[in-house]
Amino acid sequence: MDLQTIWFLAIAVLWTGYFVLEGFDFGVGMLLPVIGRDDTDRRVMINSIGPVWDGNEVWLITAIGATFAAFPAWYGSMLSGFYVPFLAIVLALIVRGVAFEYRGKVDDDRWRRRWDVAIVVGSTVPALAWGLIFANLLRGLPMGENHVVDAGLADMLSPYALLGALVTGSLFLLHGAVFLSLKTDGPVRVLARAVALRAAVVAVPALVGFLGTTLAHRPTGWTLPVAVIAVVTLVVGAGLAGRGREGWAFASTAVSVLGTSVVIFGSMFPVLIPSTTDPALSLTVAGAASGEYTLVVMSWIALVLLPFVIGYQAWSYWVFRRRVTRAHIAPAH
Amino acid sequence: MDALDLARWQFGITTVYHFLFVPLTIGLSAIVAILQTAWHRTGKVEYLRATRFLGKLFLINFAMGVVTGIVQEFQFGMNWSSYSTFVGDVFGAPLAMEALLAFFLESTFIGLWIFGWDRLPRRIHLACIWIVAIGTNFSAYFIIAANAWMRHPVGFTVDETTGRARLTDIWAVLTNDQAWSTYLHVVSGAFIAAGLFVVAVSAVKLMRARWPRRSTDAVPHPSEHGLFRKTLRLGLAVTAIAGALVVFSGDHQAKLMAQYEPMKLAGAEALWEDEQGAGFSLFAVGDIREGRNHINVQVPNVLSFLATGDFQGDVQGINDVQQRFEQQFGPGDYRPDIAVLYWSFRLMMGLGLAGVGIGVLGLWLTRRRRLPEHRWMYRVAILGLPAALAANVFGWILTEMGRQPWTVVGELLTAASVSPGVSLTEVAISLSTFTLLYAALAVVELKLLLRYVAAGAAAVMPYPPDDSDVPAAREREDDRVPAFVY
Ligand code: HDD
Ligand code: HEM
Ligand code: HEM
Repeated sequence: MDLQTIWFLAIAVLWTGYFVLEGFDFGVGMLLPVIGRDDTDRRVMINSIGPVWDGNEVWLITAIGATFAAFPAWYGSMLSGFYVPFLAIVLALIVRGVAFEYRGKVDDDRWRRRWDVAIVVGSTVPALAWGLIFANLLRGLPMGENHVVDAGLADMLSPYALLGALVTGSLFLLHGAVFLSLKTDGPVRVLARAVALRAAVVAVPALVGFLGTTLAHRPTGWTLPVAVIAVVTLVVGAGLAGRGREGWAFASTAVSVLGTSVVIFGSMFPVLIPSTTDPALSLTVAGAASGEYTLVVMSWIALVLLPFVIGYQAWSYWVFRRRVTRAHIAPAH
Repeated sequence: MDALDLARWQFGITTVYHFLFVPLTIGLSAIVAILQTAWHRTGKVEYLRATRFLGKLFLINFAMGVVTGIVQEFQFGMNWSSYSTFVGDVFGAPLAMEALLAFFLESTFIGLWIFGWDRLPRRIHLACIWIVAIGTNFSAYFIIAANAWMRHPVGFTVDETTGRARLTDIWAVLTNDQAWSTYLHVVSGAFIAAGLFVVAVSAVKLMRARWPRRSTDAVPHPSEHGLFRKTLRLGLAVTAIAGALVVFSGDHQAKLMAQYEPMKLAGAEALWEDEQGAGFSLFAVGDIREGRNHINVQVPNVLSFLATGDFQGDVQGINDVQQRFEQQFGPGDYRPDIAVLYWSFRLMMGLGLAGVGIGVLGLWLTRRRRLPEHRWMYRVAILGLPAALAANVFGWILTEMGRQPWTVVGELLTAASVSPGVSLTEVAISLSTFTLLYAALAVVELKLLLRYVAAGAAAVMPYPPDDSDVPAAREREDDRVPAFVY
């Protein structure tokens, strides 16, 4: 395998890590008004992701940074091409991050309610936008010479892309509900299980439709079994959560998110952005990649550092392995 | 007005904004770590209280640093895609290293520190805040190496067929003399700002305790006085030490600038013609079109010394560099905005050194447990904080606007860096939403900081009712309540 392919894989790994990890904290954010029926419950929910959400978000920052380094042309065309969706994502991530940190800092209902809105919007917008963006990357966009994307918002809102948005939105929501059932106790846990079952009613058909269309549109040969696994684990995950087998349920939904991401990147390779203007103008892995030397340097860096990152992040999940309950919530200050 | 102008405004506004929080994060993480170490070593509750109090303020600031940083990373691709495609090969590597090495450390260990008070053994919990402090410094190094490369590009060639830069020597990029010199200067500037932050907070508390605003003001606990006298001294000491480093490294920066970016130095000094034994300008009124000064008050020979280390050294002037550039790169205007450079340079030095002065004088005035008698002295100490932040901002304005019209000196013009497919409307929308959101968040953040400063140390860790501040049982109980949960 050549270095360019390896780096495409590395970036797929970073995005997949991001979707699996931040997927559930987006889900928790979206569910705040649904499951958090009073302030203490909402604080239980927020504290369940409190120690880890920033670390999860760094998977995105690394994925984008690595794309910049390994495929500069992809980075440039993608971010400038999806200008409005990326603007929405960045704005959402800003208000969401600040909301987590500032919500509890003033003991006032109106203050908290405003930040709750920021958390819900800040989690929902990116959860939908990622599906929209990646569906469009699979489907292709009007793109001219020098890989300059020339697409308006209307070009990005095809039924397939909207289905993509629904898939990431509902998948993350379900994944978040299962996470809550695993990491909390009391009323939040009970409600989260019920929500997981109900979310599956939307998430499963959406995922089947999306993966089916993707396979038909960009057939590869090996993505079909992965897609089947992604769907089956989603069904199983929701079912197990309903039965109280939360650890297994969470592992299942995590595999489902992982499988979906693998299908997306597997179908994409080796065309990063197909041009609907003229297929010859499409941006490919080879056309976007950095030089050999940069890729070698980056490989060493990743090889040395990534195991440490995974190690200490896993340790931090271990430190905070206990369920968060209402009893843990100190009075507001 | 076209997309390029707005993209430049957006870059300037968002980066300056990011850099209001970054220096405080770099310095405060270390100061909080020092205080927690003091508590760990001595067992004095006073230090634990100081750690938690300043830790709270640090976290309020940290959140803003993180979310404004995300914008930076996306912005290169959104507004400057031609630039990104050109430099990614070289510039992306340090950026990716920053994320892998620094941001993961910071974000994971800050979570462990915030939520780990009652979960982790004390030593390990202390290690967490140190790791955060080290992580922020790593992150500063990598991003500055990337930025230094734009001012002094090394370790690369330009690919003939694609026209993109190709990295040939990562070590050259990471050990660029411009990189480590800038790093020293930026980090010492950051510690000045963070030191003066601690000074300002302590001065507010000491001043309010001594001259209460209203008789209804809550009377602070008697031991708060001792606590804030200590943090005041700590802040002053950090500022004074960093002040020595900033002058030393600033001098080196000026020498590198004379070598790599003569136009920037000439602009910063309003020096129009090449000169031997050039004077340092104190105040000048010039005419940019005619290329000369009407008034220029100078200290003889100092500029030559600053730029070359020799009082008779050769310093290049704007008009002469312009001519040389035209010969080298073809016709064009290679002059940055002279007035902005000239005044940024002076404001950086003036405001920053005023802050350093507060540090040094303050240490003298507070020696042997003394405290200043006059209220105005506290007020001046408080003003040191905005002065230091402004000095940092003006330093960057000098650096970045002095690089114009290039984004990568000698290689890529700013005008050729912007995204070709992005419309004026799109940039206008993002510029205005960022500006509005940032303004709103600034108000919120400032209010929160003031609120926590006003509430004082007792709000993050109540004093025991019987006034004794030692009981070990108390302390253990305090430990068990997670002080920082959301
Ligand atoms: C409190 C902050 C502070 C203080 C007191 C000073 N500086 Fe500074 N300066 C900065 C904060 C700063 C900065 C914000 O950190 C900059 C922006 C980029 C950089 O390299 O550091 C900067 C840039 C900067 C540059 C431009 C570097 C370039 O573009 O290549 C020069 C030549 C100096 N400084 C020189 C000085 C001198 C001679 C000083 C006083 C003796 C001084 N600075 C005080
Ligand atoms: C955090 C400190 C920084 C500040 C305060 C800052 C400030 C600025 C400002 C004010 C401009 C506008 C210049 C103009 O319009 O003439 C600018 C431009 C720019 N800066 Fe920086 N900068 C900082 C760090 C960086 C770093 C670290 C990089 C690269 C990694 C960078 C890359 C750029 C680029 C690409 C532009 C292009 C737009 C232009 O030149 O107009 N800056 N910056
Ligand atoms: C223009 C180029 C820059 C980019 C692309 C950038 C990117 C980022 C990003 C993505 C974050 C968030 C990390 C997280 O989520 O934990 C961040 C935070 C941070 N950045 Fe920047 N940054 C830039 C300029 C700078 C400069 C010039 C410095 C230092 C001199 C700096 C130092 C930091 C530090 C210490 C943090 C940690 C949190 C905090 O600032 O409060 N950044 N930056």
